[in-house]
Amino acid sequence: MARLQINRRRFLASAGLGASTLMLGGCDVFDDQLRVGSGLRSFLEGANDLTHRAQRLLAGSHAMAQEYAESDIRQPMRPNGVTAPSDSVYKGLLGNDFADWRLNVTGAVEKPLTLSRDQLIAMPSRTQITRHDCVEGWSCIAKWTGTPLALVLDEARPKPQAAFVVFHCLDTIEKSLSGEVKYYGSIDLVDAYHPQTILAYGLNGRLLPVENGAPLRVRVERQLGYKMPKYIHTIELVESFAALGLGRGGYWEDRGYDWYGGI
Amino acid sequence: MGGQAESEAASKGAPARGPLIYRQFAWTRLTHWLWAASLFFLLLSGLQIFNARPQLYIGKESGFHYDNTVFEIGAERTVAGDRGFTDILGYRFDTTGVLGLSGPEGRMRAIAFPSWATITSYYDLGTARVVHFFFAWALGVTMIAWLLASLLNGHWRDLKLTGRDVRGLPRDILDHVRLRFHHTRDYNTLQKIAYGSVLFIMLPLMILTGFAMSPSMNAVIPFLTDAFGGRQTARTIHFVVMVLLFGFFIVHMLMILAAGPLNELRSIVTGWYRTDPPAPDAETAKGSR
Repeated sequence: MARLQINRRRFLASAGLGASTLMLGGCDVFDDQLRVGSGLRSFLEGANDLTHRAQRLLAGSHAMAQEYAESDIRQPMRPNGVTAPSDSVYKGLLGNDFADWRLNVTGAVEKPLTLSRDQLIAMPSRTQITRHDCVEGWSCIAKWTGTPLALVLDEARPKPQAAFVVFHCLDTIEKSLSGEVKYYGSIDLVDAYHPQTILAYGLNGRLLPVENGAPLRVRVERQLGYKMPKYIHTIELVESFAALGLGRGGYWEDRGYDWYGGI
Repeated sequence: MGGQAESEAASKGAPARGPLIYRQFAWTRLTHWLWAASLFFLLLSGLQIFNARPQLYIGKESGFHYDNTVFEIGAERTVAGDRGFTDILGYRFDTTGVLGLSGPEGRMRAIAFPSWATITSYYDLGTARVVHFFFAWALGVTMIAWLLASLLNGHWRDLKLTGRDVRGLPRDILDHVRLRFHHTRDYNTLQKIAYGSVLFIMLPLMILTGFAMSPSMNAVIPFLTDAFGGRQTARTIHFVVMVLLFGFFIVHMLMILAAGPLNELRSIVTGWYRTDPPAPDAETAKGSR
């Protein structure tokens, strides 16, 4: 019995010691090594390339994102990020109901295009009820209607060196001392030609509202929301996105997000 | 396991010491520490990711115009000042200082999990995701290595529940409650149940619910997300299993401290484990197989 009591006392003492060590921990020790550009950070980011390759291997170019029934649409699409661009150019276009808005397809293409919203609407369309997954963790199901990006690309005929599709947007997402930053992002050609990748002008049976990206946003259904820019005005085909922004392929990527957002 | 007894034990007199046996294979030790490191970083980066959306929902999506929230950590302004709260299935608890609102006195800020429990210490979702997915790969590769090694070296049998284990369960529970531990070559019943449920239920569930949240994996295996009841339910399960794994960690630490931390640590570092001296009665002598 005596032995048991000593054991118990020692047990409680060591348990207390263990718990307090845990509490003292603190996790700022890793902060500096994890900043964008550090060696450790770059090493860890290699996992994103691995994920990209593994998921491409599994999903290929045609595995389809889940589509849902009308009854699964239980609420309006949640707006996120910039929901009311304050840019004067955008406001001017909005004031005229986007009659003067044009989508430019430029860069490494044989035939640069300039398309109005009516021209896009006149092209064959695709309607899909899909789940929007935000990088933050929430999801929202909505019905999207738009022109398959593949059709637009077929018309513009990307040159052989074209490897990425860059979206340039009208909305200012950041005002800093160095100037205004408008949203931008990029995807590879596998996702660009995916049947569910559409330039959406319609949401839940109506024209796309301002808060969700009017007049045009892209839907990349096998990736997260930050890979689907809103308020787009130019689609540029590029060989590499090194010259875009800070060189990581998108506004959020330049601020630390992984370029591949399929996970 | 399966080692030879050492003769050295018999030479020393006074306190009764049993033989030193080779208890843990190198693969078992290596994968144990890889898991420990992976789970540490997965937990701390995972809490950071949760902070981006400190709510859990049931179903395919998150209800913004209807309520399917089952868990929430937040902050609110009350007559008593700013308070942090944790809401579980509609029951609200004041968790000021730890959950919802935390930080140094006078400079508390609204954040679900506190700075000391997240990587990075400041809010940075992008970095947390980089860390999380790196260690998710590490955990997955370690799982595969462990499974293969355990099949080849027979370690999986150490976790197999036998009829004797089941019959001995009440006795084993009583022994644990009294902090009376038997240091033998074999795992006891509760150990088998605990390790087995971590390895065969909790970790696979974490990986599968992780897949169920990935939009690309969702395109490959849509039935998985459906099987969990939708992406948001999968996210909730991911969180609940995290809590269970953390619970396992706490109990694991307490049991090691109680059973003799140096001996336990030695066995998972070097493989060698000091067993109890042979019992006078045959009842506890269940050493070899």
